[in-house]
Amino acid sequence: MSEILKISKLTKSYDDLVILKDIDLTINKGEVVVIVGPSGCGKSTFLRCINAFEKIQEGEVSLDGKVINPCKGKLNEVREKIGMVFQSYDLFPHKSVLQNMTLAPIKVKKVAKKEAEKEAIELLSRVGLASKKNSYPRQLSGGQKQRVAIVRALMMHPEVLLLDEITAALDPEMVREVLEVVINLAKEGRTMIIVTHEMSFARAVADRMVFMDGGRIVEEAPPEEFFERPKTDRLKKFLASLAYN
Amino acid sequence: MNFEVIVSYFPRFVEAFWLTVRIGFIGIGISFIIGIITAFAVHFKIPFLSGIFGIYVELFRNTPLLVQLFFIYFGLPKVGITISAEVCGCLGIGLLGGSYMAESFRSGLEAVPFSQSEGALALGLSRAQMFFYVILPEAFALSVPAIIANIIFLLKETSVFSAISLMDLMFTAKDLIGLHYNTAEALFLLVFFYAVMLIPISILGNVIEKRIRFKMFGV
Repeated sequence: MSEILKISKLTKSYDDLVILKDIDLTINKGEVVVIVGPSGCGKSTFLRCINAFEKIQEGEVSLDGKVINPCKGKLNEVREKIGMVFQSYDLFPHKSVLQNMTLAPIKVKKVAKKEAEKEAIELLSRVGLASKKNSYPRQLSGGQKQRVAIVRALMMHPEVLLLDEITAALDPEMVREVLEVVINLAKEGRTMIIVTHEMSFARAVADRMVFMDGGRIVEEAPPEEFFERPKTDRLKKFLASLAYN
Repeated sequence: MNFEVIVSYFPRFVEAFWLTVRIGFIGIGISFIIGIITAFAVHFKIPFLSGIFGIYVELFRNTPLLVQLFFIYFGLPKVGITISAEVCGCLGIGLLGGSYMAESFRSGLEAVPFSQSEGALALGLSRAQMFFYVILPEAFALSVPAIIANIIFLLKETSVFSAISLMDLMFTAKDLIGLHYNTAEALFLLVFFYAVMLIPISILGNVIEKRIRFKMFGV
């Protein structure tokens, strides 16, 4: 497998407060990496460093061999290639589902409106929302909104997709419909980095698990090994804290 | 109340009505432009400009229109700038309104969640595209109720124009009362014409607000 995203010696700090320390991670094309860890361990910040929403103090992030953070070129060109979906969906409330999806392709990639709409409808039908194309975000449920947000990111044909706790704000019943979409994306061979608290989903979707704590990568392993035979005490303790018995 | 008097006064009030509407709306147009520029500069903390515009807002929000008009109409000629009463009226409404519009637009800009900007940037939009396609339309929609209130307020404020001898509705009413002592008829027409001017705007405002609500928040 060929390497697509490379993060080396990444350090992020606010003044004296170190958030991320010496992070090395290489992601191959088509790989799904799931990051888990306790709240405040720096998982989300790490994702935000990858598409340069956060400045980093040391190290670098490169995509296809080109350094993207610290970024020397245009940031929006980098972000075209790296899709990101957030916990809060961030659909544009004044635009219909279709307009939400076609805005960036039309304005940034200069795709013809008709073509963009055709692709949007195809994507919507794949996530079972074709009938909602003219609805406004407020008329959708949380799960529907998040599915739209995912396909909206796909409209830009990103090379890597970052998913930041995309089910954290959803009702339990809606989690499944969103995660199924993600599992299908994984089957299609999309490269994804996923931050989540849904362990069974993580296990099902991941090619590789990463456990972060205190701004560092503590353990990295294929999912089965990760859950069945954790090596470090810290991960053992974390996994034990998830069980209720 | 004498109906014949009302009929005979009517044409003069119609004339005054159009003058008031004309100056009012030119002034409101100016206030829009000033308001958007000011709100933009203050919200995005543009160096130097945000300070100047901040002072402007406080100065014009906290002094009465009458005082501002006196300054423009009687003060400027002292430094060699003479302007007509009509231009002075437009300018007065524009400058006062600009400070109110700026605050309304700014509150709209501030009410748009930060995550909307990030959502737009994450899709690869440039900062300018993010502002014009995402932030501005949302901010504008959020400011609509305040903007409508400002427009109504500014049109009512035109009633002090008589102080700089503009033949607006108020001036006409006072003039006619002074001439013929038909107080009831003149005052009736005064109220009537202000209502004719403002009630449609109020209704239109509600319609626009509901339409935007539909888009912004669904049904």
